[in-house]
Amino acid sequence: MQKLVLTEEQQMLKDAARGLFSEQAPVSQLRKLRDEKDPMGYVPEFWNQAVELGLAGTLIPESHGGSEFGHVGMGQVMEEGGRTLAASPLFASGVLGACALMLAGNDSQKDILKGIADGSHLVALAIDEAGRHQPLRVATKAEAQGDSFVLNGSKTFVVDGHIANTLIVSARTSGGERDESGITLFLVDPKAEGVSVERTIFPDGRNYAKVTLENVAVGADAVLGDKDQAAGPLQRLLDIGNAHLAAELLGLSSEAFDRTVAYMKERKQFGVYISSFQALQHRAAHMWSELEQLKSMVLKAFMALDANDDQASMLASAAKAKASQVAELVTNEGVQLHGGMGMTDEFDIGLFMKRARPAQLLLGDFRYHADRVASLKGF
Amino acid sequence: MTDLETFRQETRAWLEENCPQSMRSPFKSDKDACWGGRKFQFQSEDQRLWLERMAEKGWTAPDWPTEYGGGGLSRDEHKVLLEEMARIQARPPLNSFGIWMIGPAILKFGSEALKQQHLPPIVRGEIRWCQGYSEPGAGSDLAGLQTKAEDKGDHFIVNGQKIWTSYADKADWMFALVRTNPDVKKQEGISLVLFDMETPGVSTRPIKLISGESPFCETFLDNVRVEKDQVVGEVDKGWTIAKYLLTHERSMIGNMGSTAAGQKTLSDLAVDAIGLEDGKLADSMLRTEVASWVIDSIGYELTAERARDEAKSGQGVGNVSAMLKYAGTELNKRRYELLVAAYGSEGLLWEGDERPAGALPQQWLRTKGNSIEGGTTEVQLNIIAKNILGLG
Repeated sequence: MQKLVLTEEQQMLKDAARGLFSEQAPVSQLRKLRDEKDPMGYVPEFWNQAVELGLAGTLIPESHGGSEFGHVGMGQVMEEGGRTLAASPLFASGVLGACALMLAGNDSQKDILKGIADGSHLVALAIDEAGRHQPLRVATKAEAQGDSFVLNGSKTFVVDGHIANTLIVSARTSGGERDESGITLFLVDPKAEGVSVERTIFPDGRNYAKVTLENVAVGADAVLGDKDQAAGPLQRLLDIGNAHLAAELLGLSSEAFDRTVAYMKERKQFGVYISSFQALQHRAAHMWSELEQLKSMVLKAFMALDANDDQASMLASAAKAKASQVAELVTNEGVQLHGGMGMTDEFDIGLFMKRARPAQLLLGDFRYHADRVASLKGF
Repeated sequence: MTDLETFRQETRAWLEENCPQSMRSPFKSDKDACWGGRKFQFQSEDQRLWLERMAEKGWTAPDWPTEYGGGGLSRDEHKVLLEEMARIQARPPLNSFGIWMIGPAILKFGSEALKQQHLPPIVRGEIRWCQGYSEPGAGSDLAGLQTKAEDKGDHFIVNGQKIWTSYADKADWMFALVRTNPDVKKQEGISLVLFDMETPGVSTRPIKLISGESPFCETFLDNVRVEKDQVVGEVDKGWTIAKYLLTHERSMIGNMGSTAAGQKTLSDLAVDAIGLEDGKLADSMLRTEVASWVIDSIGYELTAERARDEAKSGQGVGNVSAMLKYAGTELNKRRYELLVAAYGSEGLLWEGDERPAGALPQQWLRTKGNSIEGGTTEVQLNIIAKNILGLG
């Protein structure tokens, strides 16, 4: 069995990513983007540096301009990005967009991968239609008209929707609103007639959008994968997305925890460092224990995805469920243990909580994934 | 063929020839284990034969040096032996605190004479050991122990009381922590000594727990003579060895978070008890709690696996045994609370042969001790906070 440790190459990628994020995209960068209400929501110069390091193409085959480093490798990048709350198209394009095309795309659709790897082409996945994640509940309709389709409906919580060059939209080509069969994925140009994309603001200051489709006409070549049969590849894509979100949550939770422990060692009350209080020590020790266990689950999920293991879905859901719980615990405790300073906007610790919640909810929170683990385990 | 493959072939053939058929199935209950020792009654001739044959090869202690009766196997060979035993579901030939605990300590810290005297009988299962650590006044504060050893020239006279001594009433020898110097910092006046349980002045009394009968005993030491050559390591330097053994014990108890091979999983048992509706456990609130437990147990299992892999690769914190002990025992307690909930009142039936959940109420209560024995949950959290996080 494969050992639950990083290879030397994976460790090198992790170190390189950590260097890049900490130097070129520290937490202060996200703060600035938020404060200045930056219209792009990311810093193109930083994105270029990430692309130069090959991060956007980590998952993409060499034949399409990537480095084919696998999910374990990309996971290290996501984790390190989580530590600095780095805002970039890496997740929407480099993970979800790239994998959607790799899982379901035909040869000419896969040409987009080159643009993803070189950072010039951004992709966004538009699947959710309500506040809580229900990927198979699709009311957006795609009606066939000859060889083409006409799309009507709306999508929400679309990561990087307003900066994307291509939207991947799930729509119903047959069946009822909750049927597993009858869902089709379409490649949609956000500039096409009838498409409106409106940026929505969330506590994390990151990019989300609402996408409305009104009689949007697309050709047969816009169908990604098999008509009516998107549920299978979509589920796989969501497993991948959830494992990478778990990695980001691991990174942000680890950083929030490190900062909290450091604060405990410098803050004095009653004439002593608050790190000397056992009530606080035990809470910190519990968090550390939880983080170590999350780390194991995230690594195992990536290894299972890379190996096409039949437990990959269960492990990805388990990792995202645990990541959501741990992130909630650590960011809540982080603010609490920082005391009044934790409530101030000036201190960074609150930013970790504000990023954690949307990332937890995105593609399903603890409850969604605990339910899925139970179902996959047969109970 | 590599040496290791040759070893595998030979081991397989030897086991095939020497492991009695009745020893090729998992234990049905704790009573099936072979503990050896002067007072032990073998359950069957096969059990005796299996111990004798394995001990002859030194495979009751596969990685100990052959000069002390051990198997002298390398780490890889040891692994092969365990794999080949698992292949035919061979039972462990011997359960032994001698092999698990005091043997490794004697090997690491003991004199040559102590090794010659004690290790071979441990390997052969002739002497059964018990551990005298805790005292009525020294639980979490183990180093505060008061059992006194007075220097009488060539021997000590020991007075005091030990508690939570597992199987003291069945053991032949005890390894015990005693205070040899009351005038120094408490950790610096402790020695690890060995004595025969038949020495005059040693008496034991079993302890009944909230769960009923238990292997635990109180042990009373009343003017017990202990020879000076039975000190492991140096006099007054026993605390280092004690910590070494506690780390060892922690990792063993921590394993409780795992569902043992052949044991039904919590979710299977919950389905047995409650049933499915539309493919889902028929009680939705309990289903959520079981799912949450399953997720946490995956995290625990994978972390134990990662810790082993990191140790092999020379990476990692190394000091994770406290975390695994903490997480594993708390998980086991939750598991039993959920089982009791799943079976409802029928699961709490204390007596009777037709109980649907068997001895569940007794097992449930026994798990409450998991987070107390071998260092409480609170002590594990102290260790993590101080040694790993540097909080103080």
